Amino acid sequence: MLSFFANPKRFDVLARRAIPVLGALSAFLLGTGVYLSFFASPPDYQQGETIRIMYVHVPAAYMAMALYAALAISSFVYFVWRHALADTAAEIIAPIGALFTVLALFTGSLWGKPMWGTWWEWDARMTSVLVLLLVYLGYMALRAALEDAQQAARTGAILAMAGIVNLVIVKFSVDWWSSLHQPASLIRLDGPTIHASQLWPLLIMILAYTCLAGWLVLYRLRSQALRRRARSLQRQREQAARAREEAVS
Amino acid sequence: MSDFLAMGGYAAFIWPTWLASALVLIGLVAHALIERQQAREALRRLEQDEA
Repeated sequence: MLSFFANPKRFDVLARRAIPVLGALSAFLLGTGVYLSFFASPPDYQQGETIRIMYVHVPAAYMAMALYAALAISSFVYFVWRHALADTAAEIIAPIGALFTVLALFTGSLWGKPMWGTWWEWDARMTSVLVLLLVYLGYMALRAALEDAQQAARTGAILAMAGIVNLVIVKFSVDWWSSLHQPASLIRLDGPTIHASQLWPLLIMILAYTCLAGWLVLYRLRSQALRRRARSLQRQREQAARAREEAVS
Repeated sequence: MSDFLAMGGYAAFIWPTWLASALVLIGLVAHALIERQQAREALRRLEQDEA
């Protein structure tokens, strides 16, 4: 499967087909999700209307983690098989993941204040998500700081793979330490513990965010291919100009 | 309507949450679209020079 996608032409054909589908799906799911979140789900019996924060907080937090997993997998594929496409994907995924992490922290804070009475607590879940943001930022800074593109890609891949440890800590932080944050209520061995009227809007919003992130990554990968083509054209141009100059002198 | 906007007294927390989420999503999509347009424009200019 991997070698199938490694062929840039085949990838382009596939991406070109997937992009409109993902775009339409994201728009449809987002529309449905927003409607359900506000008009078709009841206030929570304990949290009242603030439950409507969940419908955007959980998808953002989920994307922060899912995109990090995608970043680590892309990095691994690049590190082992040296597929340039996987490295470009990693480069594109990092800022999107970082932004979703910021969003998860911000919306969590706005939910924490009315429900826990605090904007922030140095609690295991919140601290590990903050570390996740720092890992994303560190990855981006590292790539930006290294001038040699290949060295930046390789060193970045190592950092991204090492950061998986923190992702595991984020996921299990609510079980390993007594935390202010509630434990998982979706991905559990005994099934979700949310009532269907709140589960559906949440699942649809998570799916909407996932489709949108997929759209973003594929769309930007194709833009990067255009950029690469422009760069190599420019280089050819410069080489030709130099050759002409040398011929004249 | 005003009942809906009041969000059971939690308007100050719920609306900023949704506004921030909308801004992030719209910003990401807008950035991707602008990037594509710029990349296409740059390539078009280079190809035009050739002719």
